[in-house]
Amino acid sequence: MTLNTFKSAILSALFLATSLSGFANENSDTQEDKEFNAKDMIMHHVKDAHEFHIITLHEGKENQKDISIPLPIILWTDNGLVTFMSSEFHHDDTGHTIVEKNGMKFVKSHEKIYQLNAGEDAVEFDAEHHPTNAVTPLDFSITRNVFMMWVSILVLLLIFIGTARRYRKSEDNVPTGIAGFIEPLVVFVRDEIAKPMIGEKKYRRYMPYLLTVFFFIWINNIFGLIPILNGANLSGNIAFTMTLALFTFIITTFSGNKNYWKHIFWMPGVPVPMKIFLMPIELIGIFTKPISLMIRLFANITAGHIIILALMSLIFIFKTVAVAPVSVAFSLFIGIIEIVVTAIQAYIFTVLSALYFGMATEEEHH
Amino acid sequence: MTITGIAAIGAGLAAIGAGVGIGKIGGSAMEAMARQPEMHGKIQSSALILAAFVEAVALFGVVAALIV
Repeated sequence: MTLNTFKSAILSALFLATSLSGFANENSDTQEDKEFNAKDMIMHHVKDAHEFHIITLHEGKENQKDISIPLPIILWTDNGLVTFMSSEFHHDDTGHTIVEKNGMKFVKSHEKIYQLNAGEDAVEFDAEHHPTNAVTPLDFSITRNVFMMWVSILVLLLIFIGTARRYRKSEDNVPTGIAGFIEPLVVFVRDEIAKPMIGEKKYRRYMPYLLTVFFFIWINNIFGLIPILNGANLSGNIAFTMTLALFTFIITTFSGNKNYWKHIFWMPGVPVPMKIFLMPIELIGIFTKPISLMIRLFANITAGHIIILALMSLIFIFKTVAVAPVSVAFSLFIGIIEIVVTAIQAYIFTVLSALYFGMATEEEHH
Repeated sequence: MTITGIAAIGAGLAAIGAGVGIGKIGGSAMEAMARQPEMHGKIQSSALILAAFVEAVALFGVVAALIV
């Protein structure tokens, strides 16, 4: 059983790695006449978007065809709620296609939606890139990151409901099927993360949160590496990591006991001037911990995406196929490292969360 | 020199710092594991956590370089 799961893990890792090199084919026949801009291409992949763009066929030719999944756009304007599908922009991201709804005109420029003032037909910007003849409505759209989050929630639900069903069926609690893959991971989070960091007595309370965070980050990191999902860069989105870090911050703050707060406001065992000196440092420390959690996950995942895409861009920057073997080999290498990083970053986030919970609930022992 | 050039130098310096830091952690972890192979698992996981701390500082540098 364990050998089987190990084999399938290796196989899926190999599959992920080989499919990464598919990036080359995807971009290889693009932009023959236009100047290739690596920065724009990379940012387009890393940033959030209003439609789920999969591939562009015959780019720059007459029969250009964009294949993408349209996503709903939900805007809160001065005249109330406006909803329409992103396909009404016809894949235009330059602000030229105008969508009229309820007498209001909307354009999309660089993945931002602007509501044009009356009588205008193109958005103009001043020197600080603020629109001069348009306003930005509140944007609650189901963007591709939100869409991917729902997909990963669905996948996690399927996996874990399946696991639970396996246990209900078996009489002696022997894990079979998918449960055989999930149980070692759950035991790993319990025995290697929760117990040593929080302690035997109190770890049970925090297990649901730690398991959720571990699997949610991991599956989103993996989704970010699948090329056909084309920049499903959810864990490389700072709003996403901020939300997770905020949960850790709230749980740490509310489970902090007397001992924890004493160590922050009146450090025991040091002279009084030192106590006063340490207080502001420890206070700042409360906030820097979740902030570093947020930046670490965001920057690691985003940097991984940028490196792979930048290596691929080298082919188009040098405009020769001779560079292709080098950049494909290197991005394959980075891709394999990234597969390891998906798990390591999920592990680090969970370990550090557990460490902070452990610090907050530690009993006095001196 | 433009501000982006200076930012790139800053990102490079941050990378050097993180390289030295992670190198030291890795070297000491290797030594410790060679000396006490039975502690292998514990040393490895704490080395990973420490590497994450060092790396975070470098990533702050990268983020700062991206922002300017």
